[in-house]
Amino acid sequence: MTVINLTVNGSEVSGEVDDRTLLVQFIRDQLRLTGTHVGCDTSQCGACVVHVDGKAMKSCTMLAVQADGSDVTTIEGLADGAELHPVQKAFRENHGLQCGFCTPGMIMAATDMINRHGKDLDEETIREELEGNICRCTGYHNIVKSIAAAAKEMG
Amino acid sequence: MSEGIGARVLRKEDKRFISGKGKYTDDVIEINQAYAAFVRSPHAHAKINGINKQAALDAGAVAVLDGKELTGDGIGNIICGWMIHSKDGSPMNMGAWSALATEYVRYVGDAVAIVIADSQAAARDAAEMVEVDYNVLPAVIKADKALEDGSPQLHPEAKNNLIFDWEIGDAAATDAAFADAAHIVEMDITNNRLSPNPMEPRSAVATYDASEEHYTLYTTSQNPHVARLVLSAFYQVAPEHKLRVIAPDVGGGFGSKIYIYPEEIACLWASMKTNRSVKWTSDRTEAFLTDAHGRDHITNAKMAFDANHKLVGVKVDTIANLGAYMSLFSSATPTYLYATLLSGQYNVPNIHGNVRAVYTNTVPVDAYRGAGRPEATYLLERMMETSARELGVDPIELRRKNFVQEFPHQTPVIMCYDAGNFEAHLDGALEAIDYKGFEARRAESASRGKLRGIGTSCYIEACGIAPSAAVGSLGAGVGLWESGEIRVNPVGTVEILTGSHSHGQGHETTFAQLVSERFGLPTDNVQVIHGDTDKVQFGMGTYGSRSGAVGMSALVKALDKVEDKAKKIAAHLLEASDSDIVIEGGEVKVAGTDKKLGWHEVCLAAYTGHNLPEGMSPGLKEDAFYDPTNFTFPSGTYICEVEVDPETGKTDVLAFVAADDFGTIINPMIVEGQVHGGLAQGIGQALLEEVVYDDDGQLLTASYMDYCMPRADDVPNYQVSHYKTECPGNPLGMKGCGEAGAIGSPPAVINAITNAIGNNNLSMPASPQKVWAAIQASGSKQAAE
Repeated sequence: MTVINLTVNGSEVSGEVDDRTLLVQFIRDQLRLTGTHVGCDTSQCGACVVHVDGKAMKSCTMLAVQADGSDVTTIEGLADGAELHPVQKAFRENHGLQCGFCTPGMIMAATDMINRHGKDLDEETIREELEGNICRCTGYHNIVKSIAAAAKEMG
Repeated sequence: MSEGIGARVLRKEDKRFISGKGKYTDDVIEINQAYAAFVRSPHAHAKINGINKQAALDAGAVAVLDGKELTGDGIGNIICGWMIHSKDGSPMNMGAWSALATEYVRYVGDAVAIVIADSQAAARDAAEMVEVDYNVLPAVIKADKALEDGSPQLHPEAKNNLIFDWEIGDAAATDAAFADAAHIVEMDITNNRLSPNPMEPRSAVATYDASEEHYTLYTTSQNPHVARLVLSAFYQVAPEHKLRVIAPDVGGGFGSKIYIYPEEIACLWASMKTNRSVKWTSDRTEAFLTDAHGRDHITNAKMAFDANHKLVGVKVDTIANLGAYMSLFSSATPTYLYATLLSGQYNVPNIHGNVRAVYTNTVPVDAYRGAGRPEATYLLERMMETSARELGVDPIELRRKNFVQEFPHQTPVIMCYDAGNFEAHLDGALEAIDYKGFEARRAESASRGKLRGIGTSCYIEACGIAPSAAVGSLGAGVGLWESGEIRVNPVGTVEILTGSHSHGQGHETTFAQLVSERFGLPTDNVQVIHGDTDKVQFGMGTYGSRSGAVGMSALVKALDKVEDKAKKIAAHLLEASDSDIVIEGGEVKVAGTDKKLGWHEVCLAAYTGHNLPEGMSPGLKEDAFYDPTNFTFPSGTYICEVEVDPETGKTDVLAFVAADDFGTIINPMIVEGQVHGGLAQGIGQALLEEVVYDDDGQLLTASYMDYCMPRADDVPNYQVSHYKTECPGNPLGMKGCGEAGAIGSPPAVINAITNAIGNNNLSMPASPQKVWAAIQASGSKQAAE
């Protein structure tokens, strides 16, 4: 067991983890932040995407011990208090979600995408960069629309 | 702004989902919770000689429980709830399915034991330490092979693995029509086996309370009341009043979460055995191994035309692979949900369908989005397109010539189509895709060395899976009505309790829109409650695109009663006649006067009971059970345009037009979303997805590295439009929109590719390799050059 210290959604947290504990397991099981989901075992679906030191990361692909000293943001920490993040708003306004299970990962991946590309994010880039996030409900149409709208708003 | 019927109201449920506050089954943690892992068969077919649990128990497992203990405790076998009789009158040959295998395992992943430990990791470690001694037996994977003499036998009840040999329609009349036909088209068509893949893996949290002899089960279910009924009445886990089933937020279902699986049964029982709460959550590989698969039909299909290109007959002979055991609705899917749609949108005077369902050493197969209707649509629409090409006529005109034009229309295969206007959505789709401009676009693609193609599909499907008396006469073990309750609070806010379950469909919004429409209240004043057998009295759940046509109709009936009582109270208070009272905009008025009360004042009066009409009971709460008069029949025209690279065989879907008739639409935004999702699944089936077992029954596509799910860059933007004819069978005129996209799209995609490459011989999924080979076979590569 190893003690890790990190910042999650702006708060200092620490915990004792097994060497094999994944970051997503630490977030879900120990911190009880259950907005981050697990949809596959092979780092394909992206339901577990969080931000680690400002970059989108599949939290099922990282050991909790590797996150020691990091600054982690999960879906629960994306909004500014009661004010939703523009990407969260855009997903709602454009019906970019249905069952909601892939949504936290989608929103975290989309936020990172917009941070990197800015307002000029085009549809082709959005679709290409969403390769690592699977949605089974929406057919992606409205997710792409949501991300494009958020990029415009944030730009 | 109106939030009533037809308004694009943003979803109420989204706020929690976009904030990470959804509550799914795996998010539930109970006090004193232990974790389960399953010991699963690594063999497709084997006899269990013995199970050695000692190492697992020595490593600290709380318990290792097997099938003999389970059946010894009186837990019943898993059953199929729809009786099909073979054409000789004999009942289907159903083999036994114990939640944990007792003597034999019959597919890779078949559960042998449940291991309980203090953490998920410990449970998995311990499960690996359980030693099962197997005597490996030969396995059979393909449905046609399973029927052959000498093939491995799965169940003693089913000789040659035949579950039933069923027929529909008039064989002699159909044969006679074929004998006189001017043109006959024949195709061998395979409908590829799929894995539904909701993004949330299945999960269960079971808690036994010994002091109350009461069980609580959180589970990923589309129909928690049916789960409770089956767990209680058939599997003898607990009596219904001692079992609460909660399906909280559920992350997609697509049919795969209708069924009551071995894991829920085993977790409930293990909770009682260990006196611990027991949680199990599937991983993705486990989901591929154990979630019910879909489709997997092998069909020989024939279509006959007279000299004027009018359809005179359709004849199909299908072998349906049901896997190793009969899942809950598995017998209905390839029979009454499939062959009853073999008339399509067409006047077909003679139809005969024969379906043989067989056991194989694969995971059970059951309803997946569309369930039988995609299989019917795929073969009909591929044959219509192929027929047109062979006859040398425009495929659009061949369809138009054979459309049903008058309603009601009785087909030769049970269904009576109640309403539709097939030409309206056909014309709409042709215009949306710019059909006339296609040849110019094809020439432009050719100038770049690419092969462009266009393909059409005109689907009709049947939704609601009701009325109960009708499905009962066809073999259903349950009634398929729906129930709903409207509870008006003393302050005038409203709670809707419904037996329908929402796992992505947006019921919390659309159901609230019904109340908004009726009383002029904002949807924020309405709360929709579902998915808990302790809160909602009963319900049949969500599948078969039934929540609108059946579930919302029950609410309409309950709203009628609420409105009636509220008007009586208001009339009494305002000293007016009941018939003069109107409720609108949150006010209760006497028509033609300025006399009125606030809605909340009437509600409060109902609850104070100080001044009610003589003989009236206090309160304002009504319920209703609703059973429709017919199935509903959504229909539509889908057109797909593709470009194929002849060098690689890679297909790009350039455009996809969906023109649907769903009857009345409550929220167009949500309906369009349902269509988009269905289209992606249909395009996935056509181009990417296939479950593959090797000859020994090992599942080769057991992860997202191997099973190709549609990604954002595999699908286009969709053009979706609506052409309404009202359904006369329910009070709202709704038809259902949940499955259409997945039903109508696969043949449109394949017809487009075969059009592009000039070779009709192509199967799903149309991988680059298959398309490239078909191009080589047809010589169209040279044509493009």
